[in-house]
Formats: sequence, structure tokens, C-alpha cells
Amino acid sequence: MTDAVAAAGPLRRLAGTLHRRPRLRLSLLLSAPLLWLVLAYLGSLAALFLSAFWTTDSFTSEVVKVWSTDNFEALLTESLYRQVALRSVGVALAVTALCAVIAFPIAFYTARVARPRWRPLLVVAILTPLWASYLVKVYAWRLILSEGGPLDWALRPFGLSGPGYGLTATVLVLTYLWLPYMILPIHAGLEQLPDGLLDASADLGAGTGRTFRSVVLPLVLPSVAAGSVFTFSLSLGDYITVQIVGGKTQLIGNLVYSNVTLNLPLAAAVGTVPVVVIVLYLLAVRRTGALRSL
Amino acid sequence: MHLSRPARIALRTAAALGLAVIYLPLLLVLVNSLNPDRSSSWPPPGLTLDWWSVAWRNDGARAALWTSVEAGLAATAIALVLGTLIAFAVQRHAFFGREAISFAVVLPIALPGIVTGIALNSAFNTVLEPLGVGLGLFTVVVGHATFCVVVVFNNVAARLRRLPGSYEEAAMDLGAHSFRAFVDVTFPLMRSALLAGGLLAFALSFDEIVVTTFTAGPGVQTLPIWIFNNMTRPQQAPVVNVVAALLVLLSVIPIYVAQRLSSDTASASRI
Repeated sequence: MTDAVAAAGPLRRLAGTLHRRPRLRLSLLLSAPLLWLVLAYLGSLAALFLSAFWTTDSFTSEVVKVWSTDNFEALLTESLYRQVALRSVGVALAVTALCAVIAFPIAFYTARVARPRWRPLLVVAILTPLWASYLVKVYAWRLILSEGGPLDWALRPFGLSGPGYGLTATVLVLTYLWLPYMILPIHAGLEQLPDGLLDASADLGAGTGRTFRSVVLPLVLPSVAAGSVFTFSLSLGDYITVQIVGGKTQLIGNLVYSNVTLNLPLAAAVGTVPVVVIVLYLLAVRRTGALRSL
Repeated sequence: MHLSRPARIALRTAAALGLAVIYLPLLLVLVNSLNPDRSSSWPPPGLTLDWWSVAWRNDGARAALWTSVEAGLAATAIALVLGTLIAFAVQRHAFFGREAISFAVVLPIALPGIVTGIALNSAFNTVLEPLGVGLGLFTVVVGHATFCVVVVFNNVAARLRRLPGSYEEAAMDLGAHSFRAFVDVTFPLMRSALLAGGLLAFALSFDEIVVTTFTAGPGVQTLPIWIFNNMTRPQQAPVVNVVAALLVLLSVIPIYVAQRLSSDTASASRI
């Protein structure tokens, strides 16, 4: 016993010192992660946004470190940027709306209609595809939507054909990719809905439709908003899916990507657009109280 | 709420359809890897395992798989250490800027990947290049670890929130110093949270493509980058099909492990 204490002497002394000095303990805990996050990550982010105010020499593509707001002016005045920005926001909103409409009945079934014994299993079934690779899922859709591919083949008996690669395909594939992120919060919201409220509504004479509109929807709206944070921001930042199934469609991400090597300051300025839009969206969503349930 | 029978049937049909649409593309990838036709024509003219053996001998795909595993393990290790440190600081201490730190941890995954990607890319180019360190596996690991920290942090912080400090205090009353109490009491209690966080971090890293595009040097190819580069090459299509199918099959492993872990862990926080 005494041997053990003697052997652990320095360690024990160090432990004692740390125990008595919570400030020292805290700074030891935080120094490594803060060095990484603040210096490496936030530092490079700040540098990037600073460089959005620089310009590029049009001959050598080298960055000229002179303060100017040219990039942001171009962003606001040139119609290409406005078009692409509006299209990207439109795609993100469309994907979010589609996800909400498709997710609601599925979540309603898994949370309130299915037998309680089956519910955890159904949640796992919805969760499972999230572990499958993002790229593989987009690749699967590239195959599905290809000319003469499975979708065309399945629609041919009806005299129809698939949408092919393009804007529609992009919205479709993004909806597929982010759907589980919408189903899960709505499922959680519906599951927590107290039965008493629904009974009370029925006792007061409301039919199913009325109960749904006046009781269920308002209570589940924060969950929908929580899911929409994922569907909206993931869609807005995406450029890989567009490259694979979007045909010639360009979204903000593609504009950033195509400018990175030749005009980094412009790419940085374009990159601020999704960040600003996402922050505005988060602020709007916060008013519904959705962020607390994340 | 009393639903009429037709309403119940409609909901059941909608859910069944929804799940079918979620799984059909994955199923298609599996079937397509057995498609004997080089250009994966549909419907497949037959089924064959030949492409699996061709893919097995494909050096590019194997090297990429190995690179992905290396990058994933290194990034996970860093994320486990950093995420746990932050979780302890935030959960067990009250200090100025605590909220700001929780926010800064989430930022790398909340911002679009391309913004994180080009920020790190230009930082690496200006800071590391003069030091003679070019883009390579090292920079990929740094990039991945940055956004993997958050999942470890979330899991460990959630566990610490539910762990009363009294266990540690009891250990100390019994004569253990704080390291001893950590090793014998706290660590065993948070092991499954670490496992869940590590699993998520590895899966995130293994699947990442955007940040990788901007942090990998010319010679470094992770598996997603390899798939992306070879997707449009008709010559490589059958091998890409097999690799895609393999990834679908491999995703069963984390699901199985996540289900073995208890309630508040991986299954609830794959976000």
C-alpha cells in the first residue's frame, strides 16, 4: 500500500494541484482544442473572408492585396451571380418543401399509426440509409436517371420518360438525400404529442381534419423547422450532386468551385452568399423555437 | 386522434412507398455490380460476379480504400482527443465564452463544405508551403479532424451531462486522486459514448468529398475522390459499380454497432 502511494507520488501531487486550481485545469483542457479550432479553423475562415476584399491580377491570376469591394459589387450587379444565387435559394426551398410534404405522412405513420412494437424498428429503417455513402447514393441516381436507365425503363409502358439530368434531377436527388433528416425530427415531434390534447380536441367536437389543422400542425411546426435547417443548408452548399446529375445547371457551389484556382478573392466573395443566407435562415428559424429541439 | 380506416391505409401505403423509394436506389447499386454489361445497361442481361474479381485486382481502388481508412483513423483519433477535452471543459466548468466554444465546434459542419474547404486550402497554401509541407494525407487529416470534433463532442457532452459528478467524488473520498478516478470511474462510464462518437467521426471522414477535394494533394486519393474521378469514365464503370456496392454493404457494420450501443448514442445522433 505504502509502495503504491510512493510510486504514484508525483502523479498524485499533480492531481492535487490540478484539483485545487480549476483555472489551470480548464486552461490545460482547452489549450489544445482552442489552438486547433481558433487558430487553424477560425483563422483560415477569417483570412478567407478578408481575401474576398482583395482582387486578382487578370494576367497572372495572382492575388493583389489591395482593399476593394469590386467582388461584392460584381456579386450584386452582374446578372449571372444574381440568377445563380436565386436559383440556389429556390432549389434549397423546393427541396425543403418537398421533404416536408413527403416526410409528414411517413413520420405520422411511424410515430402514431404503426404498432408501438414496430416503431423503433421503423426509425432504424429510416436512419440506416444515412450511413450509406453520400456519393454512392448520388451515383445510384445517376444510373437511375441515365438515358434508357431504370427510370426510363419503368416509365416506358406508360408512354413517359424520366426527367434526365438537369435542374429537376438535382431537386429530386437532393430531396432523396436529405429526406431522413426531415423525417426524424417530425417523428420525434409527433411522438411527443400528448394524447390528451387530441382527445380534448375530439371531445370539443373537432373532426380529424380540424384536429390536424388546429392541434397537430401548430405543435409539430417547430420539428418541421428543425428538419428544414438540415435540408435547406445542406442543399444550399451542395455542388457535387449538381455536377453529377445536374447537367449544365449551375448553383452557388459550382460558381465558387470554378473560381477557386483562377480568382480566389471572387470565390471567397461568392462563398459568403450561402453563409449569409444560412445565417439569416437560422435566425428566422430560431423564432419558431426549433433550434432548442435540435 | 381517431383516424378512419381509409386514412390509416393511406398512411400505411405512403410510409411503405416512402421506405421503398429510400431503399430502391441502394438495391439498384447492389444489382448493378452484378450486371455483366460493361455500360450497365438496364435491365441487366444476366448476373455475374466477374466484376467483383476485376475490382479486387484494381490497384487504384485498393490504394484509395487504404488512404481513406488511414485518413479516417487519424482524423478520428484527433477528434476523440479534442472533442473529449472540449466536452469536459464545457460540461464540468463554468467560464466566460463557454457558449462561444460550443458554437465554434459546430461551425465546421454547419457551414457549407466548400467554404471550409477553400478556407483551409488557402491557409495551407500560405502557411504550410513556405515550411516545405505540401498538400497531402496530412492536410486531409487536419481538414477531416476539424469537422469530426463536433460529433465526438456531442456524444461525450451528452454523456457527461447525465453522469453525476458524485461518482468521481465518491472515488476521491475513497482515496483516489483525480487521474485514478478518471481511469477507474469516469472513463469506463463514458466508453460507449466515445465509441459512438468515434464511429460517427470515422463514418463522416470516410464519406467526405468536398473538404477532401481542397485539402488533398495531387497524389492523394481517398475512396470518394476515386469514385468521383472514375464515375464518368466508361472504361471504369464496372469497377465503380462494385466499389459502390461494397460501400453499401459496409454501411451495415456501423448500423450494427450503433444498435449494440445504448440509447442516447450513435443511433440518435447521426447528424
